[in-house]
Amino acid sequence: MKTTQELQTIARQVRRDILRMTTAAKSGHPGGSMGTTDWMTAMQFNIMHHNPEKFTMDGNGEDMLFVSQGHITPVIYSVMARRGFFPVSELSTFRMFGTRLQGHPSTEHGLPGIRMASGSLGQGLSVGIGAALGKKMTNDNHLVYTLHGDGELQEGQIWEAAMFAGAKKVDNLIATIDYNHQQIDGTVEQVMDLGNLKSKFESFLWTVVTIDNGNDMQQVLDGMEKAKSLTGKGKPVCVLLQSQMGYGVDFMQNTNKYHGSVLNEDDLKRALEQIPPTELGDY
Amino acid sequence: MTHFENTKSKELRSGMGEGLVEAGKNNPDIVALSADVKGSVKMDGFAKEFPDRFIQCGIAEANMVGIAAGLSLCGKVPFIGGFAEFVTGRVYDQIRQVLCYSNKNVKICGSHAGISLGEDGATHQTMEDIALMKVLPNMTVLVPADFNQAKAATMAAADHVGPVYLRLGRSKMPCFLPENEKFEIGKAQILNEGKDVTLFACGHLVWEALQAAEQLEKEGISAEVINIHTIKPLDTDTIIASAKKTKAVVTCEEHLMNGGLGDSVAQTLALHCPTKQEYVAVDDRFGESGTPDEMLTKYHLRSADIVEKVHKVLSR
Repeated sequence: MKTTQELQTIARQVRRDILRMTTAAKSGHPGGSMGTTDWMTAMQFNIMHHNPEKFTMDGNGEDMLFVSQGHITPVIYSVMARRGFFPVSELSTFRMFGTRLQGHPSTEHGLPGIRMASGSLGQGLSVGIGAALGKKMTNDNHLVYTLHGDGELQEGQIWEAAMFAGAKKVDNLIATIDYNHQQIDGTVEQVMDLGNLKSKFESFLWTVVTIDNGNDMQQVLDGMEKAKSLTGKGKPVCVLLQSQMGYGVDFMQNTNKYHGSVLNEDDLKRALEQIPPTELGDY
Repeated sequence: MTHFENTKSKELRSGMGEGLVEAGKNNPDIVALSADVKGSVKMDGFAKEFPDRFIQCGIAEANMVGIAAGLSLCGKVPFIGGFAEFVTGRVYDQIRQVLCYSNKNVKICGSHAGISLGEDGATHQTMEDIALMKVLPNMTVLVPADFNQAKAATMAAADHVGPVYLRLGRSKMPCFLPENEKFEIGKAQILNEGKDVTLFACGHLVWEALQAAEQLEKEGISAEVINIHTIKPLDTDTIIASAKKTKAVVTCEEHLMNGGLGDSVAQTLALHCPTKQEYVAVDDRFGESGTPDEMLTKYHLRSADIVEKVHKVLSR
């Protein structure tokens, strides 16, 4: 377990990684990655019970995480590396020819920590449900976590899955929504308003926890602990993580510009000035 | 020639249902999922025998595919059942990402495949499913020929590690292959040896090919009949050897010409031993309502149509 301050330091380093990785690759998705950095760091270092050093595909006897919006690989890979799934130095290969760090997560390239390909949106909740049912069938009382973009909720399959999990009482499942209100073509409200998300999930027979500031490490830790405490009570748990796309660099926030575009070398320098180096060191 | 007897017409989907129960007895990790059609796809036997291992997914096929993928991670061997169109075409991208690209041990049982579905009409009569499934890397595609083989193929799919698509028809069709014959994935079955022409067939059309061979024998034409029950991986050795021997090929399938068995055979022949070939298949169109018999006749999928194509290929 890390202290909140230690987690904040890791998150700062992860944000440096994200920006350096995407600029080096000249492609990738820094915005959503920066917004979910605090959540991902909290999950991998404190919230989840798992064994990064000895990764197993079946995840038997440990918590599992499925990131449904596969495009946020920069944060997925950086936090995984920092957590010990694979060498930090490998982050320099992100999206490069021959890498295990594919543009979107893949199992085919054998990267420890990835159990399912994602990228085509809307599928991770179903996968998480399957794993959660598998855990129930094998009497494994660990939890299954999923992460979704808010724009991703426009996919119909999400609601098939939400209906299933509520109706079938899949109560060992915590689905977190990265509620940053941004997607490629504009704000979520402009593109396809999600309405009242809390009441939507509640009417699908879920319990909903809201984290008001998804970029406040202490709030994330407290919110996820609360979510954990609500499992095993006959309902799946949804966490509405109110985050900011691009969090950590002022000119990347409050815009969807950096959803899928990256900083040039000059902007990277400007951005990194706002995220001072840590004792963990750059990759 | 070797004579095959129709012992009793039966549905292939029911063969799958029986095979699934057998496989379930042998392997406690097998689970079954269906999208509100467990009776139609004959998973009700399994659901009754193993109620704790059957998952009712409701009318939500995409979610069902994802759940199956998740279950497979935990060591389960999920069989998902639905109408062939709705567990292939409708969920192609789900199958692509979480079953094939992620290489998960999930079996797709597609019932009601082909135009012999009959009265339901074209929305349900998929004739594109073989094409869709065979282009996916890591996927195995099985098209058994009768009830007995459907049962054996189901059990073979249970033992195979990796995603499998099992294509099954709804209607009662001749049952002519031996009971309890082991199904070897990827190994074509030479049902009748011949020297003048080879009939490569799959699914319901294997019976029609055998009938055609009997007719051809009366005309003095010796037809080799080979059951390609595995479209992928394709038994290219058997195909090449037979084509080299007979030097004329007719492929027979209840599928569109585009992307089916015929195209797999044509690709093999083009690469290894160019051979003249004719297709008995449906040419780039949808089906319609009618009885299974009316459909097979109108769309030229009968033994008489095969005989005609043999005459054509031999005259070229």
